[in-house]
Amino acid sequence: MLEFENVSRWFNGTQGKVTALESVSFSVQRGELLAVRGPSGCGKTTLLLAAGGLLRPSSGQISLDGQDPYQLNPEQRSQLRARMIGFVFQQFHLIPYLTVRQNILAAALAVPGKEAGTRASYLIKQFGLDARAEHVPAQLSTGERQRTALARALLNEPKIILADEPTGNLDEDNARTVFGYLSQYVNDGGCVLLVTHDAQAAAHATRTLQMSQGQLVE
Amino acid sequence: MTIWDLLIREILHRKLNFALGVLSVMVASGSLVGAVTLLRIHDIRTNQLLEQKQAELARQMAQLQDDTRKAMLKLGFNVVILPKDQNLSDWYAEDYASKYMPEEYVDRLAKSGAVTVRHLLPSLQQKIEWPERKRKIILIGARGEVPELHKNPVQPLVQPVPQGTISLGYELHRSMDIKVGDKVELMGRSFAVHACHKERGDKDDITAWIYLAEAQELLNKPGLINAILALECLCVGEEGLPLIRKEIATILDDKIQVIERGSEVIARAEARIKVEEQARASIQQEKDARENLRAVRERFASILTPVVVTACAIWIAVLGFTNVRARRGEIGILRALGVCSRRILVMFLSRHVLVGALGGALGFAAGVLAAVYFTAAREGTQIRVIDTGLPWAGLLVLSVAGAAALAVIAGWIPTVVAARQDPAEVLREE
Repeated sequence: MLEFENVSRWFNGTQGKVTALESVSFSVQRGELLAVRGPSGCGKTTLLLAAGGLLRPSSGQISLDGQDPYQLNPEQRSQLRARMIGFVFQQFHLIPYLTVRQNILAAALAVPGKEAGTRASYLIKQFGLDARAEHVPAQLSTGERQRTALARALLNEPKIILADEPTGNLDEDNARTVFGYLSQYVNDGGCVLLVTHDAQAAAHATRTLQMSQGQLVE
Repeated sequence: MTIWDLLIREILHRKLNFALGVLSVMVASGSLVGAVTLLRIHDIRTNQLLEQKQAELARQMAQLQDDTRKAMLKLGFNVVILPKDQNLSDWYAEDYASKYMPEEYVDRLAKSGAVTVRHLLPSLQQKIEWPERKRKIILIGARGEVPELHKNPVQPLVQPVPQGTISLGYELHRSMDIKVGDKVELMGRSFAVHACHKERGDKDDITAWIYLAEAQELLNKPGLINAILALECLCVGEEGLPLIRKEIATILDDKIQVIERGSEVIARAEARIKVEEQARASIQQEKDARENLRAVRERFASILTPVVVTACAIWIAVLGFTNVRARRGEIGILRALGVCSRRILVMFLSRHVLVGALGGALGFAAGVLAAVYFTAAREGTQIRVIDTGLPWAGLLVLSVAGAAALAVIAGWIPTVVAARQDPAEVLREE
């Protein structure tokens, strides 16, 4: 599903060249929850953004469902992202003035479809957000916010979910719930790339890779 | 969920930012529309003032015209009809004509139906030596007024001298101690004194009046006269005299000349012209003053409006940047969700169009009302909005479209910044 081949990414900062990723190669398949584990600043988020078509690698190649997203023009790449990828972030990134339902439906902005409303209702119910459907993020608990973000990521039935510390702000119960949904998604044929520094979170993965200073280590 | 839903909800969420944007566009649009309306009202007010002045002038002129007409009704034009070949220098020098014309002229005039001529007094005048008294006198033969048959009878101005009688001027009867009823001899003919006139201080004091036919006999001028006095000729207005001249000349086959006597009516007409000239000068002065005021206002508007519009545009740009800054995370996640930068651009531009259109419409209303009430307060005018006659629909469309364009132009840079925002950078920072 997703394949990294010798992917490197560096940034030119005021203190010279900073390497965030160095010759990273791995792949993740359908039905797999791959956790990339490492300390803060080791390049996990850079790896996730590069996988999501948001950060072009300085070298190497990324293949998403057999297609290099960086060979596409920005519009096509946006479409690819909308159809194939779901993002879940530690900070949730919910739009503050939209309700839970509207936040979930925001994922349909790029892929409009008649079924979006039905699908949103289904996800609201599945994620136990019925009572909160018309509430704005400020009125939600952190667990509800992350469930809303997860529901949004799943609205367009993506082939892969890229999750950046999805349980970083959650308590144990909520973290377990979120991993329950992600496991369900994987069991239904989806695939998840999870980056985290948390060993417990990584424990839910089908496979774990260790990352240090921009490199994958065994 | 569409991009428009997102737009409306965002506006409702950030009401203050939106309201400030609308307010700034409103100020810009209002200042422009206000300036246009103000100048328009100024023009209308100028027309009103000038029309008022014109009406006042017309009223004054009508009053003066009426006064002149009344004066003419009382005085009329007094004209002397003289033979065509009479040298006027001699006439003015001697005060009587040395040339003659048929007495029949006066009858022709009387029967002609002439509208302008009244009180016809034919006369034969000559300066003679009164042989019996050894002194120079002016002898006037008069037959009294010739009635105009086509008109209602009028009170004669001068009573006729009966046949066989004589009327004497003051100097004549005083110096010779003659009284009414006395008998006097003149050129061998006896006359009874019919009247002794009071002192007039002019040549009348040495004038003797006798019946016309007798004068013609004494002076050997049968059937001839040398002047017809036409008193109180009626013709109102400055064109009166030429009309009288024309009418008399037509009736008498252009064999005469008509001289105007007595200047009171002309003086009144001249005074009226003077008043009119002064009034017109005053109107022109008012017009010039209003034009100067308009030029000042136009200049003021031409400076103030661009300054206000520029300031508002900068303010809109600042608000745009503030909005983009506040929505960094939102833009980042929308991009991550697959919303392309073009749609982000459209979303932000649409917001600016809304700000502009709403601000333009409100500014239009505010500008018009402010101009109307400002003028009302300053000049005490009662001009209603509807009376300004401005092309409202066109101005409204122009205001809304112009304001939307202004908002889009002012918000263009922040919009582009939003659309070009690197989502990876935003998400990493957030």
